[in-house]
Amino acid sequence: MPEAKLVLRGCVRAVLPENIDTDIIYPGRYLNITDREKTAEHLFELAYPGIRAELQPGEFIVAAANFGCGSSREQAASALKYAGVGAVLAASFARIFYRNAINLGLPAVVSPVAFKLCAPGDELEVDLTGGRVRNVTQGREFASAPLDPRAIELLQAGGLIPYLKRKYATAQGARP
Amino acid sequence: MGMTIAEKILARASSRASVRPDEIVVANVDLAMSHENADLVRKSFLEIGVPRVWDPSKIVIIFDHRIPAESEKTATTHKAVREFVAAQGITNFYDVGRGGICHQVLAERGHVKPGMVVVGTDSHTTTHGAFGAFATGIGATEMAGVWAEGALWFKVPSTIRIEVTGEFRPWISAKDLILHIIGRLGAAGADYRAVEFDGSAIRSMTAASRMVLANLSMEMGAKAAFTPVPEIGPDPAAVYERVLHIDAGRDIAEPQIACPHSVDNVKPLSAVGELPVHQAVLGSCTNGRVEDFEIAARIVAGREVHPRTRLIVIPASQQVYREAMRLGYLETLMAAGAIINPPGCGPCVGVHQGILAAGEVCVSSTNRNFIGRMGSKDSSVYLASPAVVAASAIAGRLAHPEALEPVHA
Repeated sequence: MPEAKLVLRGCVRAVLPENIDTDIIYPGRYLNITDREKTAEHLFELAYPGIRAELQPGEFIVAAANFGCGSSREQAASALKYAGVGAVLAASFARIFYRNAINLGLPAVVSPVAFKLCAPGDELEVDLTGGRVRNVTQGREFASAPLDPRAIELLQAGGLIPYLKRKYATAQGARP
Repeated sequence: MGMTIAEKILARASSRASVRPDEIVVANVDLAMSHENADLVRKSFLEIGVPRVWDPSKIVIIFDHRIPAESEKTATTHKAVREFVAAQGITNFYDVGRGGICHQVLAERGHVKPGMVVVGTDSHTTTHGAFGAFATGIGATEMAGVWAEGALWFKVPSTIRIEVTGEFRPWISAKDLILHIIGRLGAAGADYRAVEFDGSAIRSMTAASRMVLANLSMEMGAKAAFTPVPEIGPDPAAVYERVLHIDAGRDIAEPQIACPHSVDNVKPLSAVGELPVHQAVLGSCTNGRVEDFEIAARIVAGREVHPRTRLIVIPASQQVYREAMRLGYLETLMAAGAIINPPGCGPCVGVHQGILAAGEVCVSSTNRNFIGRMGSKDSSVYLASPAVVAASAIAGRLAHPEALEPVHA
């Protein structure tokens, strides 16, 4: 299993306002798609179709507060991940979305100022454990919340399922 | 130190004497509920490689989002879940025609008990705080972990206490109260937090109305929400992050409307202005219960749904459907021109049974008004109480029940 990178480099694809809900990220009409890779086809389909069309692998989505509010649909996080989003940086995340993202191995980084200090196309260097974001294009650096060690462990395993798979493989199916 | 209800339940479930906000605990799960997304859970669970779920008697699966199956794709996922449920010995399974909306069925079939830790792969799982459970929504992958291990980590939330006193004015209901609160606190106003409702106005409410409060607390981000039950309450010295006092009669002078495209965009009805309505929806896990149909039937009795408007009524469950039928409410609604959908989520998730075209306006007793939630990205959903939904269906525009022409015998 390749270890997930803890310092990410990439460009900002979009800077979004507050309260980006999970219906905006992934419309409810596609909830019967349960192949995670295929969920990517409908990312931001209704409100921001351009993001999906132009997204390059590893690019960042930056947003103001309460990103991912609304439904518990995991497809919102899987669509972002499998479309190739490197990380989401938001002033805050709705709690279910945040857990879904980490469980699927999508870095979700809390940064209160990223949406004010980044523009689409800016190149960023995001230090997940160090809690620093460098905007290479604008030549400035700002703080983010370092990811919890538990979240880092899950990201490095590739998500909760590979993490549990490994745990039970080594324990030969024993439950805790 | 005194504990709130959320702290008490998480302390018990993690075998600790006490817990405090921001502590991480691993809590045993008493009940794990899923709807159609059990198919996603199933796939993740099978990937883990554990052969059997931890306890089939603690898992409940209820189809509601797409029933009966609206497409071959859905039929295929339904089938896969049925086979999994049978193979794992999960007997608490409510198939098409046996249940209805998951939160209604979980409650009316007595699965929820005070003090339980309940997780569900649906954000509105907070509903079950109306029965004294710490109940919260999780994603499908996390649920696969619960199916394997029977436990989950939680950050202990701080609690916002909301005390409501006074008497509701005529036509004002639990829906107006919670929309008013969401408008004040904002869409993230209770994010990562628990909410405790109490006060004389709450204690005099029906169980169905308390479910409305716990259900919609999700729309301000709440992790869990509680209304009072005899079995479990906060310690007298419990510490709250914030206490809010509301006088129902003074603070809520008229029906509250959540305008597009955010549930916290709340205005009093009179401030919304003239608004022609093409569709009125009465249903959902928020407001699809017998008392909602009773008030709607009272308003539409002897009247007709406006020619420009479609009134779609969706009982929350088979049980609600039969009871509303027995009491004559469905007869009254149909006589006025309503269509009755089968129990389930209906158009609320934007799948079927009442999808909106571009430019259409819907007034709905449901819980979300996000862009494209009920169909076209260029449609609009206004959230309101069952009384306002019924009155608007008759008037053909957003309307207060008191604004309707009197019925002539």
